Amino acid sequence: MGNDRKQSITAWLCLLPAIIFLGVFLVYPMIDVLIYSFEEGYNFASRSFLGIGSYNYSYVLHDPYFIKALKNTFIIVIITVPMSTGIALIISIALSHITRLKELFQTIYFLPYVTNTLAVGLVFMILFRKTAYTDGMVNILINAFGARSIDFIEGPYWAKMFVMCFYTIWVVLPFKILILTSSIASVDPIYYRAAKVDGTSKLRMFYKITLPMISPMIFYLIITGFIGAFKAYSDEVALFGTDLNAAGMNTIVGYIYDMLYGNSGGYPSYASAAAIILFSIVFTITVINLIVSKKTVYYS
Amino acid sequence: MKIVLDHITKKFPNINKKEKSEVTAVDDFSYEIPDGKLVALLGPSGCGKSTILNLISGLEKPTQGKVFFGDDDVTGLPAENRGVGLVFQNYALYPHLTVRENIRFPLENLKGDKKLSKEEMEEKVQRVAKLVQIEALLDRRPSEMSGGQQQRVAIARALVKKPKVLLLDEPLSNLDARLRLQTREELRRIQLETGITTIFVTHDQEEAMSISDYIVVMKEGRLMQKGVPQKVYDSPDNLFVAKFLGTPQINVFSGEIKDNALFIGKDKIRDGINSIDKKVYVGVRPEGFEPSKDGVLRCEFQKLEVMGRDASILSHNDNFDGTVIRSIIPSDTEVKTTGGEIVFNLKPWKTFVFDSVSEERILID
Repeated sequence: MGNDRKQSITAWLCLLPAIIFLGVFLVYPMIDVLIYSFEEGYNFASRSFLGIGSYNYSYVLHDPYFIKALKNTFIIVIITVPMSTGIALIISIALSHITRLKELFQTIYFLPYVTNTLAVGLVFMILFRKTAYTDGMVNILINAFGARSIDFIEGPYWAKMFVMCFYTIWVVLPFKILILTSSIASVDPIYYRAAKVDGTSKLRMFYKITLPMISPMIFYLIITGFIGAFKAYSDEVALFGTDLNAAGMNTIVGYIYDMLYGNSGGYPSYASAAAIILFSIVFTITVINLIVSKKTVYYS
Repeated sequence: MKIVLDHITKKFPNINKKEKSEVTAVDDFSYEIPDGKLVALLGPSGCGKSTILNLISGLEKPTQGKVFFGDDDVTGLPAENRGVGLVFQNYALYPHLTVRENIRFPLENLKGDKKLSKEEMEEKVQRVAKLVQIEALLDRRPSEMSGGQQQRVAIARALVKKPKVLLLDEPLSNLDARLRLQTREELRRIQLETGITTIFVTHDQEEAMSISDYIVVMKEGRLMQKGVPQKVYDSPDNLFVAKFLGTPQINVFSGEIKDNALFIGKDKIRDGINSIDKKVYVGVRPEGFEPSKDGVLRCEFQKLEVMGRDASILSHNDNFDGTVIRSIIPSDTEVKTTGGEIVFNLKPWKTFVFDSVSEERILID
């Protein structure tokens, strides 16, 4: 028993730095945010408030900028999470089937992961932006097919959203490809041999063997993908600059940032309320994901 | 259905070296597996026995030679069209599927006019589950079963589509000793009940000897000897086969044939041998020794181990090709030693002579 006690003390001591750090910089602020979100009429200068209630939530939920940000975020989530996971899956399967130049392609697909977001944003601007001198590479392509130029960065909403989703998918792909190629490679080839002897078609092997076996990883990517996409902000700044409200491309995290530090900033209560709303959304979606996964994901 | 392997050679590219070189896994191997028999491919690991299995299943293509199922040349036919059932060493059951789904898997692959209805599939699954006695486990996952039960599921999955031939790769090596004995009897029963031509690979000679109709002993990709197990044991063609079959191992001495007599050291073992003078190996099965004061082979007595029915005499001889000569005698035999020396008579039908260079058997009678 004495030994057990000694061991658990050692374990706690090892965990202590992390617990202190997380407590000070994560748990305490989280509780603080929750408190802030219910303090009405908080004054930043005097650090005082008028009362406790749900006004902050009501304000945020009626703020057209928040509604717009909410809508943008949902569109990005719904489009980019399934598409990036699907595309990553297709590329990973293709990668696992080639033998020549496999490493080269794997490196190429992984490059965006180690590239700075803002640098990628700059490249996308050059590709998509319409300036006085040029319509941009993409528009030159569009013109070649006989269509009219579109301003992707300052033009219509759907064009901006298209660039936004395209960009997001492109940025998250490498990590997903990395995870999926390694999990496809980890499926024991004996299963494919067994299936082959039993006359299984390639397609059926994929649906009946590969997919179930890598389902925990796909599920992991979907969950982290949802969470990541709900927290989208820096990608938007990289493409459309800091004034996202003017561009009509703000996201929830962008809204929270604006409420704290932006031109219209200085409202920690509103920012906190928006943060709590975001948290509830992400929490709900994750719980739904977990419930669905119980039926579809196979864990060994 | 009989299976014919006609001068099969299989070479694999050597993956360890940069330069182009090849490893020959199977070297000019010919054998005909008779219809409805249980045949064991026996040999040490790396002897090419699993490659033979893969060549029959179609998972590998021979570099040279042909494979026939009955009279049909199936050399170019891919595995999925050969209609073989294959049981892997680690069973390769799909872990995410239940036993029922695992067994049904091959049936669901059937297309065209072979396509089965749900009821037909269920009926076939039930029938084969009954054959291997796992009816009660159909809704379990492989991880919820013992090794022996998984083995039965794997056999059921291989049998459900009524294959022309059943191939088993080291079917018993993942089981514990007691289960192994039980399962090999079970394998034999299933094979006899279905009458399916069955080939199984093993490195365990006892396993091969106990249940198969024929054994094929392999070494370095070549066929060393084939035949009825007891016959191969009683009459090995070469030193390798003599050493590989039998536990404890055969005792091998360095000897020579001189003036038509066989010698081990100074001891004359046998007269009237019709052969030119040469160096030889003399192999004596442990049960081939008889302690006798007017025997022919003198050895240095070390120890007597009595174990119930049998006793082992451990002894030494300078011409012995190892450390301890182990001879097995009935435990009621009187063992007499004089001055630390024990003298044996050697039973002629348990004593084999091999050429010291080619290691081929020299028939001395």
